[in-house]
Amino acid sequence: MDEPPAASTDKWDEACLALSLALISPKICGGVIVRAQAGPARQHWLNLLVRLAGENTPVVRLPVDAAPQRVFGGLDLVATLRSGHPVSEAGLLSTSNGGIVIAAMAERMSASMAAQIGTVLETGQLIAERDGLQLRSSTRFLLVALDEALEDEPPVPQVLQERMAFRIDLDGLRAAELSNPNVVAADIGMARKRLPGVKLTDEVLEALCAASLALGVNSARGCILANGVARVHAALAGRSATVQQDAEAALRLVLVPRARSFPEVEDETRDDKETPPDPDPDDGREQDADEAGDDRQLPDAEELADMLIEASKALLPANLLISSPGKQTLRSRPSQAGRAGALQRGAARGRPAGTRRGDLKPGQKLNVIETLRAAAPWQALRRREALKHSAVSDGLRPIEVRKQDIRVNRYQQRSGTTTIFAVDASGSSALNRLAEAKGAVELLLADSYVRRDQVALVAFRGKGAEVLLPPTRSLVRAKRALTGMAGGGGTPLCAGLETALLLALAERRRGATPVIVVLTDGQANIARDGRAGRSQAGRDALDAAHAIGQYGITSLLLDISLRPNPLAVDLAGAMRARLVPLPYADSSAVSSIVKQETLASSDRPYTV
Amino acid sequence: MSKSTSIPVFPFSAIVGQDEVRRALLAAAVEPAIGGILIFGDRGTGKSTSVRALAGLLPQIRAVANCVYNCDPDGSSFCSYCHADLQAPKVTRTSVPVVDLPLGATEDRVVGALDLESALTRGEKVLEVGLLARANRGFLYIDEVNLLEDHLVDLLLDVAASGENVIEREGLSVRHPARFVLIGSGNPEEGELRPQLLDRFGLSVDITTPDDVKQRIEIVRRREAYDRDPGGFALEWSKKDKTLRSKISRARRTVGSVSVSDEMLEKAALICMALGTDGLRGELTLMRAARAFAALDGKPAVLVKHLKEAAGPSLRHRLRRDPLDETDSGIRVERAVSEILGA
Repeated sequence: MDEPPAASTDKWDEACLALSLALISPKICGGVIVRAQAGPARQHWLNLLVRLAGENTPVVRLPVDAAPQRVFGGLDLVATLRSGHPVSEAGLLSTSNGGIVIAAMAERMSASMAAQIGTVLETGQLIAERDGLQLRSSTRFLLVALDEALEDEPPVPQVLQERMAFRIDLDGLRAAELSNPNVVAADIGMARKRLPGVKLTDEVLEALCAASLALGVNSARGCILANGVARVHAALAGRSATVQQDAEAALRLVLVPRARSFPEVEDETRDDKETPPDPDPDDGREQDADEAGDDRQLPDAEELADMLIEASKALLPANLLISSPGKQTLRSRPSQAGRAGALQRGAARGRPAGTRRGDLKPGQKLNVIETLRAAAPWQALRRREALKHSAVSDGLRPIEVRKQDIRVNRYQQRSGTTTIFAVDASGSSALNRLAEAKGAVELLLADSYVRRDQVALVAFRGKGAEVLLPPTRSLVRAKRALTGMAGGGGTPLCAGLETALLLALAERRRGATPVIVVLTDGQANIARDGRAGRSQAGRDALDAAHAIGQYGITSLLLDISLRPNPLAVDLAGAMRARLVPLPYADSSAVSSIVKQETLASSDRPYTV
Repeated sequence: MSKSTSIPVFPFSAIVGQDEVRRALLAAAVEPAIGGILIFGDRGTGKSTSVRALAGLLPQIRAVANCVYNCDPDGSSFCSYCHADLQAPKVTRTSVPVVDLPLGATEDRVVGALDLESALTRGEKVLEVGLLARANRGFLYIDEVNLLEDHLVDLLLDVAASGENVIEREGLSVRHPARFVLIGSGNPEEGELRPQLLDRFGLSVDITTPDDVKQRIEIVRRREAYDRDPGGFALEWSKKDKTLRSKISRARRTVGSVSVSDEMLEKAALICMALGTDGLRGELTLMRAARAFAALDGKPAVLVKHLKEAAGPSLRHRLRRDPLDETDSGIRVERAVSEILGA
């Protein structure tokens, strides 16, 4: 009993539980994010979903590049022209009312599409103002977001994550483990009927709210979802009010995946028996059932909250403890900041991103189909006007296109990465490291030339820092600047970091994604005001490093001192940078590490 | 009242916490000249709920009957239809429009265009007004304003600044008043707002998640009750909403006569100088917001506490940003305020 069962069967059971709960009340649960690569496990889960949902439930797939017209509805041009009055066409979201919408590759969904779907999920109302129509309909559906993102890629848009109760992970499951759960469609139906009568008890409500705070769930929605899910769970179990097990299920399924901080380690003296940490919920459920029925004495809210928080510790991945001692905000998967999300819209090249009204200016690309679509409904009117104005009937053109019909293509382009090197050119490092840094920058420049990325170079030595090379792709200029870089003098680390940060912010404003690479031994000895002094200089440098971290700029610290160095560790911590000690690295090693880091930070580099 | 065919909105008085957002919204309802409101903050903090609740709260306004733009019969500027018929306008009472601008709205729906139906069936040119017309004298709400398409943002800024919308379509040229309070909300993690846009908002409110268990419990409880029975829940809170509504009405009548002493004016100027806010816009907004707060509190003159309350939302988004100063701009404002006004 003490031996935890194979984690994977557990994972599958949880996935099936989430599935049942979501089907019982799409309104409360919103949806399920399924993290898995395409494969038998995911397929099995989806099949199960469709089977349990029942035959008459509409199931619609939403492709990642679906046109807004298809998703939200719009003008049905063919029917409109045929019938002579505006005919609207319902979108996927309206037609799937009462059903299931499966969003493929949801991690790549555009922010605005996600925001619109999120509003529909939340309000149950679809309001679109498109094509001269106002479309309004009530629709409730279960959203299943398939997330195929790899570890370092940006996840499903936050705005959807917020409104979807469950996140399940099916990767690593073997086909043999995919048993069928003992829930049948009839159970779902029964639970649906029972749900309106299920009471949310104060104990569960208070405990879940306390747990959400302890776990750093920073949205009231997480808390609302958890309480809703507890009720749905109770309905599935045939109860008329929520009990501890429902709270535990809500904790595992809703709150723990949203945890942003590790609960503070509490008073160690607490009696262990009173608050058994329960790493394996299934196991616990059985024991509970053996010892007492559902009507056993409920712990009061405070006890329950403690239990939940305690239990959540066992549920959170163990490595969180190592990476974030105490109550510290966890770093989620790369957010917008580290992602080449800076999409430049309206550029003249890149991936097509819809059309907009526009003038035919040089550099704009006319979208003929959309222009004709825009012109089509007005033909009858324009013809009459044209006839009125010109006595000669051959003044009529086959199609009357007006300026306001012109639609031009919009493109979005992933702007490149700018790698900013901040190189410690002080006396201490000049001796052995400067040459390697120079070599690395040169190598990177060659790489970035291929990738169309840019490179900038900041050197700090003596009393201050200097931008030796503004962001450029020019090999020649870069090499010249490098050759001219001299070494020697004090280490104004703070000034170097500041200069790099300012440059990075400027790059970000320009739409590029900056990456800062600092090569230093961390031994600052010139303070921000230019005066010498180790302690003040160290503090100033930490402040500047902290600012880089605050702005969420992807950064990398290459420790070039000869042996591992605690100063560099602190500095990297403040910058939230990856620390790479490089006592013996040569320039090609530096280059390959930087390349890894920039690749990880940029969202699948896109080249035209 | 909002259109009763749909589910009643979550009542404004039932919103837990978020006092700053609520006060800012009320201030804008009392004194629309404050300009727009920007609500930035974490997800799930009730940004949209607050704004949508406002629709159910606002007292009715007098408007010219059958005017699509809700022209004010007592006002000075009219749409062309009302202008032509100035002698004896029929007046009705109507609710203050709170118009949602959904992301992905096409330009013709925002600005207005020819009515498709009459063009197709009768071949006539009839103007169909857009969201901007419907929002006249009310609020235009954009959730996720930082994700709005750039060309729409430019257009909105233009109209909001001039208070007038011009439609040129198919040889039809129409101008109509479009004075509205722009409310934008968003989550900074998903993209920042262009600085030009930032400055156009009168007030800026940062909203954070309540980290108090009691508040969270209350939020869930009320949400639960509302989801169960929206109508009953709205009824339960209707008395509180009513009290608030009459407070707004009273404040609207009195805000014009709220006086500002020279001392207050000087203090406001000192705060702006200490913070180095560019231009007069900050100072003007600060005074307007302070007067609205005073009116809401039923006071005949602006007091120090009103100035204090108005300083944060009026100024924090106008500070010149120093990338190396980590201090939150809200804290910088607070510091300046407590230096000048005393703690």
